[in-house]
Amino acid sequence: MASTPRKAAVLAANRIPFARANGAYRRASNADMLGAALDGLVARTGLQGERLGEVAGGAVLKHARDFNLTREVVLGSKLAADTPAFDLQQACATGLEATVAIANKIALRQLDSGVAAGVDTVSDAPVALNDDLRRLLMDANAAGGPLEVAALLPRLRPHHLVPEIPKNAEPRTGLSMGEHAAITTREWEISRDQQDRLALASHQQLAAAYDRGFFDDLLTPYLGLQRDDNLRADTSLEKLSQLEPAFGTGEGATMTPGNSTPLTDGAPTVLLGSEEWGRAHGLAPLAFVVDAEIAAVDYVHGHEGLLMAPVYAVPRLLARRDLSLEDFDFYEFHEAFASTVLATLKAWEDPAYCKERLGLDGPLGTVDRTRLNVVGSSLATGHPFAATGARIVATAAKLLHEKGSGRALISICAAGGNGLVAILER
Amino acid sequence: MGDWYQQLTSHPLGRQATSLLGLPGPAQLRRGDDPPPGPVLAGDAGKGRLGAHLRRVLGDLHLPLRWPGDEATGAAEDDNACLVLDATGLAEPADLLSLHTFFHEPVRRLAPSGRVVVFGGVPAEASSPAERAAQHALTGFVRSLAKELRGGATANLVQVARDAEGGLDSTLRFLLSGRSAFVDAQTIPITRSATDASDRSRPQADRVALVTGAARGIGAAIARTLAADGAHVVLLDLPAQGDRLTESANRLGGSAMQLDITDAAAPTRLADRIAERHGRLDVLVHNAGSTRDKTIAGMDAAAWETVMAVNLSAPLRLTEALLDRELLSPTGRIVAVSSLSGIAGNRGQTNYAASKAGLIGLVDALAGQVGGEATANAVAPGFIETDMTAAMPFALRELGRRLNSLNQGGQPVDVAETVAWLAEPGSGGVNGAVVRVCGQSLLGA
Ligand SMILES: NC(=O)c1ccc[n+]([C@@H]2O[C@H](COP(=O)([O-])OP(=O)(O)OC[C@H]3O[C@@H](n4cnc5c(N)ncnc54)[C@H](O)[C@@H]3O)[C@@H](O)[C@H]2O)c1
Repeated sequence: MASTPRKAAVLAANRIPFARANGAYRRASNADMLGAALDGLVARTGLQGERLGEVAGGAVLKHARDFNLTREVVLGSKLAADTPAFDLQQACATGLEATVAIANKIALRQLDSGVAAGVDTVSDAPVALNDDLRRLLMDANAAGGPLEVAALLPRLRPHHLVPEIPKNAEPRTGLSMGEHAAITTREWEISRDQQDRLALASHQQLAAAYDRGFFDDLLTPYLGLQRDDNLRADTSLEKLSQLEPAFGTGEGATMTPGNSTPLTDGAPTVLLGSEEWGRAHGLAPLAFVVDAEIAAVDYVHGHEGLLMAPVYAVPRLLARRDLSLEDFDFYEFHEAFASTVLATLKAWEDPAYCKERLGLDGPLGTVDRTRLNVVGSSLATGHPFAATGARIVATAAKLLHEKGSGRALISICAAGGNGLVAILER
Repeated sequence: MGDWYQQLTSHPLGRQATSLLGLPGPAQLRRGDDPPPGPVLAGDAGKGRLGAHLRRVLGDLHLPLRWPGDEATGAAEDDNACLVLDATGLAEPADLLSLHTFFHEPVRRLAPSGRVVVFGGVPAEASSPAERAAQHALTGFVRSLAKELRGGATANLVQVARDAEGGLDSTLRFLLSGRSAFVDAQTIPITRSATDASDRSRPQADRVALVTGAARGIGAAIARTLAADGAHVVLLDLPAQGDRLTESANRLGGSAMQLDITDAAAPTRLADRIAERHGRLDVLVHNAGSTRDKTIAGMDAAAWETVMAVNLSAPLRLTEALLDRELLSPTGRIVAVSSLSGIAGNRGQTNYAASKAGLIGLVDALAGQVGGEATANAVAPGFIETDMTAAMPFALRELGRRLNSLNQGGQPVDVAETVAWLAEPGSGGVNGAVVRVCGQSLLGA
């Protein structure tokens, strides 16, 4: 039956190492990085010249000329030029939303194969003209002749030349993501020590994963970088505890550059396909995409923390799949800030909160910390906004493949109060 | 063009100077599939058993052919480019005079990059001491003749076992072609007949090849050559070389595998990937290699262990894993890249030479073990122009280049073509051989 949904498999993945802002990739554009990641995926899978169903990707910080970024990258890649592509953007959840989009199309038999991707650069971020100058130039463009254009010149003012640099701030509150997170951190009384310990684990586990070759078939070196250069394999609680707070003020200022993700550049890709398509191309499933749930919170009027949407999405997803929070072998939670992860876990253990906010009978449950981000996450790898989702999907799929069977829960909080969560299974 | 000596000698003044000094100028070698620039002169020394086979192969090559007693094809005044002699019929020392008879005249007028191919029997199969002596004499003859040839010409001996006559085709084609440019004064055994249904222009079509150390140098050339022969090549190298691998794999339409072959999990990972992606492996080339040069007195144990792990232990373990899981196809070809150091020995390379000699032992064992029409062979490069040799001190490098009968270093493609010949489906007759790609190096000769 052509209409019966089927499971979409994660078949392979590739990313370039993530680089701290203005470092190894400062001369690379989004297109360069996504192109390198895609070429590495094609080389790993031997798919040169192949027409894939569709490629979905996106970037948060994007130049106007990159309106068709993903399609342009496909055209410059080793894939067949008649591989379609589209751009999408959902802030930090972009890569996961791309995965869900492609997986759903595969499940519905609209595609047999596809690539989900994301990319971001803060080193080559678009700098916009300020609004007044932009209006002036639009007027000039609309003006009839040279004389009319000349007549507009006296309107030019020095302040017009100050560019608008993209800010990591919520438009409706003016607060940065870190400032928002600081509010949540204080509300949930997440201590500095807890945050530092989570950050330490992220670094240590990522370093160990590299050492045991976990990333040998998930990553390709780029521009001289062989590992994420934010990784501090030798960091320690002492070192982390000495860092000055970066967000929040006074006593409660516990968030430091050590337990918050730094701005980073990078690009991941994930190859998805039906089992049959995979078999025909010699690619066995690493894991299957089972389901996903999106939620959003009203952080504007102060009802909820900006990054708490996954707290709402997960119980809805579990209810639909008839699963409990304990039914997972791996929890892959994006570490926007150590405190975000810790507040999420704490919220699910809080009976009153679960009752009042989530409408549950009691606590949602407890996440076994030994199954959380077992090969490190964003605190250690860094977090190029749109890139993180596809990185996590690849990691979760590989973990399930290594284990042989099991279930992974992926959770990503995003700007705008969005949160996207998904289940992978094998 | 890193070879200043070659440039010097191709300049008229330079040529004068070097010939005054008595130094021969290195010839521009004929490479690739360029046909020999002249006719083939073929003949018999005594009552050979290969006549029909040689005629068949030479006929298929569509070259002008001169066979005493036959009507010659091609222009009469052209210099011969290839001299092919069936010497399997030599039964006693007195018969050896026929070598003089056959070569005495034609060797004076051999076209540039000419080829001498002498076919003998396997001395150990001789039925009398006299025949064994005569057959063994061929080795010394060919090696000396190779030293007398000029202009990029080579001479090689092929020893064809009884009932293995049908296994010589791919070897004769290889030796006459430009692909064997740097293979000189070798003794190549043909131990059995072979079937060959492959397309001559794409002998590796529909076959899967794995090349370790494929990111650069000789390994990259091997990958390129096998891909040009039609194989799907899996290019393997260290994860740190991943970007170069990606580039090559995408250019060649192959696939990249990032793996440290010394990892404990490497054999399983490799076997899993071959099983999953391809279901079988047709060509396995152990090329990855490493050096840590020091005299044994000055060498630490780590330098010993690194070299041994990469060059010898890893090929052993990877091969065992693939064979255990029956992933090598019935016409599978294992080729190990050894080294002249492993044969001749080299000061400062006790670890490296031991590992490379060990590889030859491994190939010996595998040749008896692989079964079916599969084979295991080794190539032993001499001085090859790569990043590795470019880093040598100037004087040593110059010496390395000149100390062979062709007066120049080989190119990575010369090793690659030799590997590709052994890897052909039609080369089932060559099993357990060690073929040097050294231009008849003076070392270890
Ligand atoms: N260049 C010469 O003149 C010469 C002469 C004789 C023999 N050889 C042999 O030929 C082979 C290729 O030599 P080359 O000159 O191209 O050397 P090279 O150093 O340029 O290439 C060797 C490759 O092997 C890879 N490699 C090393 N350790 C590895 C490991 N643990 N796992 C996976 N890959 C690994 C390297 O990354 C490199 O890409 C070597 O085995 C060498 O010993 C070379």
